[in-house]
Amino acid sequence: MAKHKQKNVLPGFNLSLGYTLLYLSLIVLIPLSAAFFKTTELTFAEFWHTVTTPRVVASYKLTFGASLFAAIINAIFGLLTAWVLTRYTFPGKKLVDALVDLPFALPTAVAGIALTAVYATNGWLGSILEPHGIKVAFTPLGVVVALTFIGLPFVVRTVQPVLEDLEAETEEAAASLGANRWQTFRRVILPALWPALLTGFALAFARAVGEYGSVIFIAGNMPMVSEITPLIIITKLEQYDYTGATAVAVVMLVISFLLLFAINGLQWWSSRRNSASR
Amino acid sequence: MSTTVSQLAHYNAKVARSRATSEPAWVRWSLIIIALLFLSLFLFIPLAAVFTEALRKGFETYIAALVEPDALSAIKLTLIAAAISLPLNLVFGVAAAWAIAKFEFKGKSILITLIDLPFAVSPVIAGLIYVLIFGLQGWFGEWLIDHDLKVIFAIPGIVLATIFVTFPFIARELIPLMQAQGKEEEEAGLVLGASGWQILWHITLPNIKWGLLYGVILTNARAMGEFGAVSVVSGHIRGMTNTMPLHVEILYNEYNYAAAFAVASLLAFLALVTLALKSYIEWQSAHSVIAAKPVDE
Repeated sequence: MAKHKQKNVLPGFNLSLGYTLLYLSLIVLIPLSAAFFKTTELTFAEFWHTVTTPRVVASYKLTFGASLFAAIINAIFGLLTAWVLTRYTFPGKKLVDALVDLPFALPTAVAGIALTAVYATNGWLGSILEPHGIKVAFTPLGVVVALTFIGLPFVVRTVQPVLEDLEAETEEAAASLGANRWQTFRRVILPALWPALLTGFALAFARAVGEYGSVIFIAGNMPMVSEITPLIIITKLEQYDYTGATAVAVVMLVISFLLLFAINGLQWWSSRRNSASR
Repeated sequence: MSTTVSQLAHYNAKVARSRATSEPAWVRWSLIIIALLFLSLFLFIPLAAVFTEALRKGFETYIAALVEPDALSAIKLTLIAAAISLPLNLVFGVAAAWAIAKFEFKGKSILITLIDLPFAVSPVIAGLIYVLIFGLQGWFGEWLIDHDLKVIFAIPGIVLATIFVTFPFIARELIPLMQAQGKEEEEAGLVLGASGWQILWHITLPNIKWGLLYGVILTNARAMGEFGAVSVVSGHIRGMTNTMPLHVEILYNEYNYAAAFAVASLLAFLALVTLALKSYIEWQSAHSVIAAKPVDE
């Protein structure tokens, strides 16, 4: 602590902070504030009416429902993938590990058309699922598939480092006290992973809520059924309904900001938990 | 020395794990198979589909789809957008990390959260806010028309949207890295009479080169692949304001699947190169951390 109270001798503070604030304001803060200013053109009643019409409400339900579903799938299978990648060895493991990040690197439009091609009724997987009455592409289920793809790396990449740092001693202690492997996992390992798992889940959820590119190809985009909220914004824009588009955007922005704060809180909690256990 | 110690520790851990704290082989292999099945359904099969669909109508159609004028101009625009947004976000990332990592000031954690904002904003909204400012009805709409300038439905809008969505990447990589490195080396440089720019150029930048490169690669991948934000501001004018992802969408909506997947395969190839470089950098920086460790302690 005493170190920070000393006068800092390094140069460039005013320049670097000034430039940071200027660039941040020009690119992010002022443009984002434009969205909030635009909605002041509406009275509250008009705003409320715009953001609660049945078609828009149906899109919220789909967007948040499918995002939640996808984030849960990612939490379960992401944990499993992280576990397999840190604890076990199998041929091609390094390649698999590197490919987990594919959704970060692959453009969303490419992901969208690829998933549609695979899950359409004449696609590789769609043709297997169709005889069982499962339709994926052009249904809400397709939205879940696209959002699962988009959020896949988050849980794996938040859980993996914690799992790597977990000390073998605690597990040995549990085993020597007579716990079986499943008990050790549930009572010892899982509690240690919990903050990271929750952070990864929240990141995957937040990313899924705003996603557009990969979803529009596979969703079919039927109003009331498979139309996501970002698409509603685009549709309103194409009809030159700028205030309507902005009103819906503001609702999404507020929710995204709340999610961002929740995630920051989770990360703070998780880093405290990790450093406390040392 | 340190590697042999860590290898020994690893070996010990392995021996210990093989007794009481590991799962039976059948559990191990079922978990591996479930994980691989999950990854296949969502990652590997779709990735393979991009390349098979692209080559379905033969190699000649594939090449023809890539050298067609609209495709070439889309490739060119994508490269321009990345080439402008990358250096701008690079300078910002270094400046932000320098201020945040080397100095103490009030509101630092708020600033870090604000830098993260673009990650939380839907790409569609990122495009929308620039339309609200530079569009016809926007704040500067009339002024731009009077001066015969175009931002929305033109290249500047595409560049702005790209800058917004890739805004945090480099800063996010550099801030924790530079915080961990501290400022002793820079202070030593100062004592020896180096100027601020000399310190940055000869001490800080060499220290952060792997983190910087990592951030640049992530920024580049996202810049070239951005769809939602660019789609709002571009206006989809063929041969003029179409980037590669938008070109893929247009071809796809025209049921020209082979061509759409051909252009998509270029982007998928770019993604694979990105991942390969990323793994290489992780490997390199892990090695330089091990090499640097005795100095820290």
